[in-house]
Amino acid sequence: MMEPLLLGGRELTSRLFIGSGKYADDALIPDIVARSGSQVITVALRRVDLSNPDRNILAHIPADVQLLPNTSGARNAEEAVRLARLAKAAGCGDWIKIEVISDQKYLLPDGFETVKATEILAAEGFVVLPYVSPDLMVAKALVKAGAAAVMPLGAPIGSNRGLQTKELIRILIEEIPLPIIVDAGIGKPSQACEAMEMGAAACLLNTAIASASDPLLMAEAFAHSVISGRQAYLAGAGSIRQYASASSPLTGFLEASC
Amino acid sequence: MLTGFAQEYRRYQSISFQATKEQVEQALHKSQLTPDDFAALLSPAAEAYLEALAQKAHQLTVQHFGRTILLYTPLYLSDYCSNRCLYCGFSSQQLIPRHHLQLDQVEAEGKAIAASGLRHILLLTGDAPKLASLDYLADCLRILRPHFASLALEIYALDTEGYRRLALAGADQMTMYQETYNPVRYAEVHPSGPKRDYHFRLAAPEAACQAGMRGVNLGALLGLSADWRSDAFFTALHAHYLVQRYPEVDISLSFPRLRPHGGTFQAAVDVSDRNLVQFILASRLFLPRSGLTLSTRESANLRNHLLPLGITKMSAGVSTAVGGHTGEGESGQFEIADRRSVAEMCSSLREHGYQPVMKDWEPL
Repeated sequence: MMEPLLLGGRELTSRLFIGSGKYADDALIPDIVARSGSQVITVALRRVDLSNPDRNILAHIPADVQLLPNTSGARNAEEAVRLARLAKAAGCGDWIKIEVISDQKYLLPDGFETVKATEILAAEGFVVLPYVSPDLMVAKALVKAGAAAVMPLGAPIGSNRGLQTKELIRILIEEIPLPIIVDAGIGKPSQACEAMEMGAAACLLNTAIASASDPLLMAEAFAHSVISGRQAYLAGAGSIRQYASASSPLTGFLEASC
Repeated sequence: MLTGFAQEYRRYQSISFQATKEQVEQALHKSQLTPDDFAALLSPAAEAYLEALAQKAHQLTVQHFGRTILLYTPLYLSDYCSNRCLYCGFSSQQLIPRHHLQLDQVEAEGKAIAASGLRHILLLTGDAPKLASLDYLADCLRILRPHFASLALEIYALDTEGYRRLALAGADQMTMYQETYNPVRYAEVHPSGPKRDYHFRLAAPEAACQAGMRGVNLGALLGLSADWRSDAFFTALHAHYLVQRYPEVDISLSFPRLRPHGGTFQAAVDVSDRNLVQFILASRLFLPRSGLTLSTRESANLRNHLLPLGITKMSAGVSTAVGGHTGEGESGQFEIADRRSVAEMCSSLREHGYQPVMKDWEPL
């Protein structure tokens, strides 16, 4: 049993957060949740149609799972804030993933606008989880702005390229006094495992599961990898040495002759 | 003095589609294509690689868009038109009964469409700015706003100020078909009317980007000019040009082929299914994150087969006649080939392993 992650007043035993987009059928979502063991699922508010309950993705989210609406589609802080307030008014709770993207080519987040939106929404009582590029100064500004965690990307969203920003994420883990949740880019369980070994508090992913040939099996594979990575982090891996540590040292004779 | 995309057009005016096998293979294995790579994928040599292109296009589409298809339908507001486009059923030369929806009829049409579950709609008019004026269009947008998540426009070309007015009234996307990028052929098929101004129309998509539209969709009417490869190339190059300069705007492509209509116009070339597929696949590799739209100009059978090849958006429950959604319409702009209702389209998509998406934006 892993120690729980404390976030937004909740104790989470699973450190795998998942997305809900890109599936051929939303009816798959409960099974994906079950197989991944995830307790947090992000949903794009732009896709939620509250006027059509039968076509509402929220109908497929298990009740015991923490809903994390996201502001996908927002291109500045103002749009993100309005989307967050709409989500709350629509009964989606007070957790919000801030996603401000004004670059449709690479889909890289806008750090300045994200900080602005975080400041406004945290002051209104939201549990704000901002999605950002792993920039130390932006992350520090997010701490000041009242974010509940910082969610740096491992690689461009949907790319499945893994931890391309590993060194920058490591710096955030070392310097930022908030949970660091690696969000975007993770394509394989081994990459999630690596992020957790580094000390990431959790991983959030969607494409890696949704685009797999067998999404359910992939969800389970990620569940194992996140647990494994966290355990490795807690166990404290041995240090990496430049030279072999010989069991029969060459200078052993000095000890023997004393 | 040429500006905007007209300058880019001139740069590539003499692009060749005579690629070698090696150039095609090189383009096929790149992660980021140049316009020259894209031209190689449109070449006759690339026809031998359609399956390899399809595999890559499918993988890219699932990765970036998932197994989802956004559905929308057109709402024709007015078929009065001052243009004499030789290929169009609404041409001023066509002797058809003309219709122009009053605002109460616009709302009735909108409600009929919304009842099908669709939340994305495309408003179309002929080129008659006195009748389908900006004020009229702004009123239509305001009336329809409560019923829809996204309101797109396919109307006559405007300048930045015109698009800004309509964006403020609630339009979030625009579609502009240049019809053909070949200026000589363009002049031949547009003998009179405001649409005859090739350069004004060419500049319209950029004007829309500058006006704050969230999305801009481009297309050429395949078969209008004898060289479909050239029109395909310049359509995607136009999209690429806008993607580079307006990263905040969703740039997408459509693939309309000439369809039978009320006139006697004959296509300059028969763009085959194989040609269409090549264009779609090459576009997906050139513009991996751009939406690709397929209309009901294509048959249900072909649309089903094109699903995994890169398409992300389709029309459904279509009428190309003014008042067609409340049963009042008569003559359509062109004959549609896929007459499936929204419900039939949804179940067909599910059968093929795709999720129909009715809503993909939250109006703010």
